[in-house]
Amino acid sequence: MKTEAFKDESRHRFLLNMGPQHPATHGVLRLVLEMDGEYVVHLDPVLGYGHRMHEKMAEARPWPSFLPNTARMDYLAALPYNHGYVCLIEKLAGVEVPRRAECIRVATSELNRVASHLLWLGAFLLDLGAFTPILYGFDDREQILDILEDITGSRLTYSYFRVGGVYRDVDDRFVENTRVFIKRMRKRLDIYNKLVTDNIIFIKRTEGIGVISPEMARRYGVTGANLRGSGIAYDIRKTEPYSIYPELDFEIPVGSRGDCFDRYLVRIKEIEQSLRIIEQALDMLPEGEFRGKAPKKIKLPPRAASFAVEAARGELVYFMVGQDSDVPYRLKVRVPSYANLSLIAELCQGMLIADLVSVMGSLDLVIPEIDR
Amino acid sequence: MSGYFSDLYHGTKSLLVGLGVTFKEMLKPTVTVHYPRETLTITPNYRGHIELVSDEKTGGSLCITCGMCARACPSACISIHSEKPEGSKKKILTGFELDFTRCSLCGICVESCPTDAIAYSQEYNLAGYSREEFHMDLLGRLGKGGGSLT
Repeated sequence: MKTEAFKDESRHRFLLNMGPQHPATHGVLRLVLEMDGEYVVHLDPVLGYGHRMHEKMAEARPWPSFLPNTARMDYLAALPYNHGYVCLIEKLAGVEVPRRAECIRVATSELNRVASHLLWLGAFLLDLGAFTPILYGFDDREQILDILEDITGSRLTYSYFRVGGVYRDVDDRFVENTRVFIKRMRKRLDIYNKLVTDNIIFIKRTEGIGVISPEMARRYGVTGANLRGSGIAYDIRKTEPYSIYPELDFEIPVGSRGDCFDRYLVRIKEIEQSLRIIEQALDMLPEGEFRGKAPKKIKLPPRAASFAVEAARGELVYFMVGQDSDVPYRLKVRVPSYANLSLIAELCQGMLIADLVSVMGSLDLVIPEIDR
Repeated sequence: MSGYFSDLYHGTKSLLVGLGVTFKEMLKPTVTVHYPRETLTITPNYRGHIELVSDEKTGGSLCITCGMCARACPSACISIHSEKPEGSKKKILTGFELDFTRCSLCGICVESCPTDAIAYSQEYNLAGYSREEFHMDLLGRLGKGGGSLT
């Protein structure tokens, strides 16, 4: 959508710095905007403020010591990040995982996904000027964090999964609390729909804003709910299933128009689907070992392997090359938010700055994950 | 024009429904806790900083100074000092220091310990004025009853 203002080169344009410290960028991301009045002419994202050399750190230490790092890339949904890393090592070393551990992994990962989506929901609406939903979202998220804290011992950066299983077994209290939460969350989703989905102000701020066409999404390698909002049903849990996902019955919600509203709807529906997955994982939770017998010292064989999981924000891929030692030769982490951010420069041309905030919020970016 | 009026009707209705939700929530009991006047009980599984476990028989530490935890630690925050008294075969622990400023609370040290001499602390109220306050002498804490009794 180009406005008349762009055609007239003589008009006064100015540069605007959005960030590095701006509440709507959700972290230290800087956007250099070339503005014509209220309209964005050009956008340059400046990254790297939170760069911590995670990939380099992986090359300089034995692989078990990198496990805490994985949780610190995407701190809002740390468990899928743990999951991808331990699965990669298990694939390289050929370690078997007990079925109980697989069920625990899936149930906790999905709980974490719900927690992440709830925080996104609150933050997104806070960007749009609605203060109430974040309070409700945090109330529900708190229940999840309490459940996860009870079994993992930690509230955000869990480091819960271990090669060959999980770090601590779950008990009946976990199963019971999670079932109570699922029941509660289903009721709360109704509240969110009344409060947000039907709200006229929210609809006006998101419908038809920031339309990502399926072709554009493919071109930039967008994954996760942002891609599914554009109508492409691509989810690693279905297309390249890992763990116990092939046995579970769940749907991949997709949008039709690819605007901010569709991305919102997809995430809300994903919460529903995640609740279904957790329920099924708890139903099939068998008795038995929670941590299999993994050799204490694993030498990573000199070959390359990769493992993809569906993190809360999209496709996460770990790619590792071993060198016949416990220190890997190279570890590459493909994070979803980086690709999801890259399209924003093209997407926001000719957009109002207020809509840019709406688009940024709907993309669900986590900056430490981009910088890593 | 009809779109305008239907927008007006549905918009007003949606706002009123939303307000209804907040009014209903307003009458419900508060979910927040007035910290620090009130505190929540934390789970016994909480992973705080590490603490030495005292030996029930001797009152000392269970640590055999093998150094597994110090080697397993990703951030190198543990330093162990020991000495071998004359005539004794075993090494004796003389100092166990934790640099909590670098600790990432991953718990790999606790898992690596062969004698279960390290446990998690329940302490979460940690604030200080200087970096040095977080260089913890765990053996000293054990003597003062700060150790974990598990």
